[in-house]
Amino acid sequence: MSVAVREAPIVKPDAPAAVNDFAINVATANGSGSQTSNGVLLRALFKMGIPINGKNLFPSNIQGLPTWYIIRLSKDGFLARREMTDIQICMNGRTVAEDMERAAPGGIVIYDDSLPVANRRKDVTYYGMPVKDLVKEAKLPHALRDYVANMVYVGVLAELLGIEPEEIEAALLHHFEGKEKAAGLNMEMVERAIGWASAHVGQHHGYRVERITGFNEGKILVDGNTAAALGALAGGLSLASWYPITPSSSMAESVEKYASTLRTDPDTGKATVAVIQAEDELAAIGMVVGAGWTGARAMTCTSGPGISLMSEFAGLAYFAEVPAVIWDIQRMGPSTGLPTRTSQGDILAAYYLGHGDTRHVVLFPANPAECFDFGRIAFDLAEELQTLVFVLSDLDLGMNAHISEPFAYSDAPFKRGKVLSAEDLEERQGSWGRYMDVDGDGIAYRTLPGTRHNMAAYFTRGTGHNEYGYYSERPEDWEQNLERLKRKFETARQLVPRPVLDEVEGAQVGIISLGSNHNGVEEARARLEATGLATNYLRLRALPIDESVRDFIERNRIVFVIEANSDGQLHNILTTEEPAQALKLVSMAKCDGLPLSARYIVGEVEKAVEEALI
Amino acid sequence: MSTRTRTRTEAAARRAARPAKTNRIGLEKTAYRGRPSTLCKGCGHDSISQRIVNAAWEMGLDQTQVVKLSGIGCSSKTPAYYLGWSHGFNSLHGRMPSVATGAIIANASLEVIGVSGDGDTASIGIGQFKHAVRRNLPLIYIVENNGVYGLTKGQFSATADEGQFLKYQGVNDLPPLDICMEALTANATFVARSFAGDPKQLEALLKAAFNHRGIAVLDIVSPCVTFNNHDTSTKSYGFGRANEIKLHDLNFVPEFEEIEIEDYEDELEVELHDGGSIILKKIDPDHDPTDRTAAYNVIQQSLDEQKLITGLLYINEGEPTLTELLNLTDTPLTHLPDEKLRPSREALEGVMATLA
Ligand SMILES: Cc1ncc(C[n+]2csc(CCOP(=O)(O)OP(=O)(O)O)c2C)c(N)n1
Ligand code: SF4
Ligand SMILES: [Mg+2]
Repeated sequence: MSVAVREAPIVKPDAPAAVNDFAINVATANGSGSQTSNGVLLRALFKMGIPINGKNLFPSNIQGLPTWYIIRLSKDGFLARREMTDIQICMNGRTVAEDMERAAPGGIVIYDDSLPVANRRKDVTYYGMPVKDLVKEAKLPHALRDYVANMVYVGVLAELLGIEPEEIEAALLHHFEGKEKAAGLNMEMVERAIGWASAHVGQHHGYRVERITGFNEGKILVDGNTAAALGALAGGLSLASWYPITPSSSMAESVEKYASTLRTDPDTGKATVAVIQAEDELAAIGMVVGAGWTGARAMTCTSGPGISLMSEFAGLAYFAEVPAVIWDIQRMGPSTGLPTRTSQGDILAAYYLGHGDTRHVVLFPANPAECFDFGRIAFDLAEELQTLVFVLSDLDLGMNAHISEPFAYSDAPFKRGKVLSAEDLEERQGSWGRYMDVDGDGIAYRTLPGTRHNMAAYFTRGTGHNEYGYYSERPEDWEQNLERLKRKFETARQLVPRPVLDEVEGAQVGIISLGSNHNGVEEARARLEATGLATNYLRLRALPIDESVRDFIERNRIVFVIEANSDGQLHNILTTEEPAQALKLVSMAKCDGLPLSARYIVGEVEKAVEEALI
Repeated sequence: MSTRTRTRTEAAARRAARPAKTNRIGLEKTAYRGRPSTLCKGCGHDSISQRIVNAAWEMGLDQTQVVKLSGIGCSSKTPAYYLGWSHGFNSLHGRMPSVATGAIIANASLEVIGVSGDGDTASIGIGQFKHAVRRNLPLIYIVENNGVYGLTKGQFSATADEGQFLKYQGVNDLPPLDICMEALTANATFVARSFAGDPKQLEALLKAAFNHRGIAVLDIVSPCVTFNNHDTSTKSYGFGRANEIKLHDLNFVPEFEEIEIEDYEDELEVELHDGGSIILKKIDPDHDPTDRTAAYNVIQQSLDEQKLITGLLYINEGEPTLTELLNLTDTPLTHLPDEKLRPSREALEGVMATLA
């Protein structure tokens, strides 16, 4: 057994420790089983009451390429990605040199001692773990060795930082869904590592974790895709059709996973929801449109390349006025871009998707609880407005685990919109027009196939039609229809989820942002306020915007539009829709594949303010 | 339901005499019409529409429970011209099958007719076509095959004959895709070929298709009088009339009609899912439509000999349909009340407990 290398610890034994406030970066190879170890670490810390977040930076690869998992602990409850690494775990020989460079001065490097370690820095503490020896001693079945090897760093961290072994064991049992044998094998490895670490490393004085209360009680730990799937299942989903694509696949797989538990009819034992893996994204959205037209709640989930393929159907759904929902779990474009990195680069594409004149309702959930709610709300809006509704999540929100409020059960009646039954038709003596604006809100009445009345039928087409749905090439018919669709879009402004506002008395600098940027924005605002720069914040939850956005811009001298893409897409939309105030809007767009950090936002705001904008 | 075939030597069947004016649900034939056609005079597609009207009327279909879906093309416009009491959806070019899939899952009690062209199916839509077949969607899939793009004015489609000449495009030097062959390789459970100018056979096949439980692919040669009606084309009226070889004389007996004896010989009766049966009077005594290999051979023969061999090429009533595989509630999903479309509070809390 080798001995831990300890070199000149920077932190003096009596220096105050960073308790529950640092970041760990775990460098492993993809496919090596590190997801289990990292998930277990995250859950154990969550259960100790510590505000945490975990970000998985993984390659587009199944096995072998480097992967990093960043766990941030924040005693103050900040849940954004942190750029700085305090503790670096090195399990991957290919990247060990650059990984070791990442540790901040005063930090710790913990590495598999069989890896080549070239240059040792003077300003960090190194601990070499005898991973091979420990695994060998554990006498594990050969096939499992590589997977369980990652439990070594879990044990070493537990000892070093003070993570409670009981919570690690509980997290293992949770991960293996109660299978004690699998959990036991892994726990044995963890315990061996704890034993080794207590003899050779001891507890570190610089970084500690401690059980706390006040944050995580009553909360759940869940990724946005699981939340969205549960929300759709709770929101009346009847058909989910999809074509596999990262980072959206896990949403469809979650629908499949929970469908039988949540949506088996107790009276007959039969399914009340169908999941279809389509042959491509064109078929996936085609099925959604077919089901929506027939009167069922249908959804597909995809990512950028998928929505490109769905574009023609998006236009059809808009113009033929068919309810449909597309969840776009955004990843980096253009083209296939960086398939496993996050981005908010589809805002413009989604808003305008289609040919001719199209604009769609787009929702922006910021956290898992909102993903859950929007699962239902997207269907309500699609059916009320008889149109396509996009929900734009992203890889960070969708695939990483987040601390979340528990989901609120809703038994409110589903909003199914203006649908005429056979009885309604009887009352109107069969007189109705599919595209007639009876109520002045731009939303016409529809009937569903199968309605037992011989005046129920109408013919649906993407081509020009008059108020009765008959084919028409008359310019007046065409124009009238487009005018009505515009009125409908005005109605949509009033129906979509309102922005969330947080304003500070006297503040004159505004921030508009959306989706998963929220955590970074909140932390940045706290840090800016600490330096004397209070900000107002509008978190946009949907397009089209309503008047509250205009009012917000009016109340501020300058408004930063913060988003995770390169072109400033939301900024683009806001300047188009609020031209009179366009000069107040400053784009702050960053696109590097990583979730936005508070550090970036603070830096940019300070720079802009310094440049005498204020 | 399993396939049952029975060879009869003496037995014969005949439709019961029906009142001339109204069908069994008391409707006149005019009630099955749609809007006036806007297709060229003499277009094969209009003949097919007429056959659909006749078959639906004779069967006494409740049009409100029928849905007509199509892609894009002259052929795909036709659902507006028949069954005026049925909902119709003229969707996207080549994408009718996916729309049909969604509609059928949403409400599996509907009778769904999908209409397409050869460009719509064999060119842009070949992928969706084959996957709909593979899934055995309960769908009547009609291809109105004229070997040309009618609506875009006379370009070659993927079913155009090799060596065929078109005014604007010259000579086609690629071999055609055969819709029936493509359907068969994708495991279709009902494959038939017919000719727009053969009312009796086409109506019998349409009725049989309505009674088939899974996907029924009907490849109907339907001449485009404007762009592709030269006698050299296998999709012309002249060629069809001169070269049609029928596999069987067909008769369809709906479940509600009694079978009467008539002087048919060498018959094969195939019982269909909904209780009706199709009776094939053998012209070619060797073709058994429940034999897949035989079906391949007939199609190959028709390609080799450049003959239009028509009739029921293949049928298999034994395969489960997509909706059966999905094990959906008997009540169509569109008819379920809210409380059946969401989990109970306890069930959701149970899932949430695993996330806490
Ligand atoms: C995506 C798309 N591409 C092209 C077209 C133009 N287009 C309309 S109909 C058609 C061909 C139709 O041919 P077919 O399916 O054989 O029908 P036919 O008119 O011959 O009955 C084409 C290419 C379209 N509508 N959509
Ligand atoms: S162009 Fe051809 S296919 Fe189209 S309507 Fe005329 S005859 Fe029929
Ligand atoms: Mg054609």
